[in-house]
Amino acid sequence: MSEAAEKPHLSRAHAIELLRHMIRIRRFEGSCAQLYTQEKIRGFLHLYDGEEAVAAGVIPVLEARDRIVATYREHGHALVRGVPMKAVLAEMFGKREGCSGGRGGSMHLFDRATNFYGGNAIVGGGLPVSVGLALADRMRGEDIVTACFFGEGAVAEGEFHESLNLAALWSLPVLFVCENNFYAMGTALERSEAETDIHQKASCYQIASEVVDGMDVVAVEAAARRAIRQVREMSKPYFLECRTYRFRAHSMFDAQLYRDKAEIEAQRTKGPIIRFREWLDSNGIVHEGEVAEIEAEIDAEIAEAVAFAENGTWEPVSELNRYLYAEGTA
Amino acid sequence: MQEATAKSEAKETTYREAVREAIRDALKRDERVFLMGEDVAKYGGCYAVSKGLLDEFGPERIRDTPLSESGFTGAGIGAAMAGMRPIIELMTVNFSLLALDQIVNNAATIRHMSANQFGVPVVIRMATGAGKQLAAQHSHSLEGWYAHIPGIKVLAPATLEDARGMLWSALEDPDPVLIFENVMLYNMSGTLAAEAGAVDISKAAIRRGGGDITLITYGGSLWKTLAAAETLVADGIEPEVIDLRSLRPLDDSTIMASVRKTGRAVIVDEGWKTGSLAAEICTRIMEQAFWELDGPLGRVCSEEVPIPYPRHLEQAAIPQPEKIVAAAKAALGRE
Repeated sequence: MSEAAEKPHLSRAHAIELLRHMIRIRRFEGSCAQLYTQEKIRGFLHLYDGEEAVAAGVIPVLEARDRIVATYREHGHALVRGVPMKAVLAEMFGKREGCSGGRGGSMHLFDRATNFYGGNAIVGGGLPVSVGLALADRMRGEDIVTACFFGEGAVAEGEFHESLNLAALWSLPVLFVCENNFYAMGTALERSEAETDIHQKASCYQIASEVVDGMDVVAVEAAARRAIRQVREMSKPYFLECRTYRFRAHSMFDAQLYRDKAEIEAQRTKGPIIRFREWLDSNGIVHEGEVAEIEAEIDAEIAEAVAFAENGTWEPVSELNRYLYAEGTA
Repeated sequence: MQEATAKSEAKETTYREAVREAIRDALKRDERVFLMGEDVAKYGGCYAVSKGLLDEFGPERIRDTPLSESGFTGAGIGAAMAGMRPIIELMTVNFSLLALDQIVNNAATIRHMSANQFGVPVVIRMATGAGKQLAAQHSHSLEGWYAHIPGIKVLAPATLEDARGMLWSALEDPDPVLIFENVMLYNMSGTLAAEAGAVDISKAAIRRGGGDITLITYGGSLWKTLAAAETLVADGIEPEVIDLRSLRPLDDSTIMASVRKTGRAVIVDEGWKTGSLAAEICTRIMEQAFWELDGPLGRVCSEEVPIPYPRHLEQAAIPQPEKIVAAAKAALGRE
């Protein structure tokens, strides 16, 4: 593949697709926040508001056979990957029609059909699993990439370092995607890491790395193309740090005492959707009316998903013990 | 499974060799199987279990890992989810504490939490137990902790047959299975049928029949309990000795059938008494066979201290035949 092929073909259709992914996540999660206040969604709810360019830029570059390991902030990843919105929302409602049968909720979206190996709610806990998925593929000589998403908070965990070392040592096809939103819950990066230039950590493990503006979906996609090509062709890990920002609270319980409102507002003006829209508009690629149409389509999809989740069924308590083990064994 | 035929040869072997033979057999039978852990390849295994397997199967399938318990245990979980059948060797239960996140949060939860979309058919082996004067951090018996966790299965092979046979059954299981090998058993020798193979892993075994009292144990404590049984026999007491074999799930029916027969029971468990597997078994007996009991239940567990280094203190801290004899006699009102 030539270098040129790694540049996104920013055709009108492609640009609209990228924009649609991001708006779809943003509006879906806006509804989720409302549904949370209505107590339709319970437990923890971690929103991706501000970080959409990462999932939108990376995931469409993956092939259907590739695998994804995500975190508890994974609604956007599931949507872009093609897990149906109604199955994602039904999961958040705890209904059996959800993508994990209603058993996992917001933090544990699983979908075998799209090789979506779960939101993992232990920071760093997904990284070793991604190494194992890639190890299986490597041992079988299969041409599959495992993309592992995690926040910058995870880089303080031992599992992060163990996983990078294993992936490099065994030359495994893992794309490590660090979504650096600069806050591990409420702890700012400079208050938790001696080395704040996160992607540098990959060099300790001989892993090629790149840092990209995670608020620029086109830049993320270009970097993802380079990264995924390398991972697949060389069967080696690659580390992509996407610098981004979380506009909303860590979870719905977070009063955000650790950062100024002014900081958030300043970041909002640089958000991935605003920026991309402005750029598309100034280049005459997508017009206001078209955006309104996209939004209307997405709103209809959301309304349908809400109705689907509302009408979903509760798993009977009699099935509480089902699938603790495979059926037919103890 | 084939019945042992009269002409089949029994061979002299050790527990260590039986485990090795089980691993070798699994590697030959199923190309999805591989062994991964610290020092399993070049070194030949901390307890020499995997000695020689690197030469036979190569570094891909006999895979040395860095000292990254959580990392490689999680890698085993991921590989299992992707269709492989990894055998993870966690050297000892003491180091497994560094892999608890992967075992408890991933291996045990994923099938249930994903509503059966993904399973984790991994086998995790580790050594357990005290007795080698390795002091407090290298002498744990934490299998009871793992038996607390729904979603995993926990096995404790105490005999050569089980050392040889449990691994393949565990690998055929679609869910995560932990196998605890007591360190004091690796050198145990005896005869094993040449065609010994897979064994059922769902049932406890009665290792000695008797009608006066039920002694319930597993793993390394089985042999101490059998020694205690001999002493009791000399005193005119006929104990029945149950080897649990599987610590999760527990085979309640074998336990209760025996207790209903004898009316008395003592549980021998190398874990600490507080919150122990022995406590769980006592409770189950109370729940299921209380009206058939003729006296209070007894327990022989480890003393509630970190296991000390000097031999006399170490031995005083863990179950011994004399303590088992005393507990059995107390349960029978024959002190």
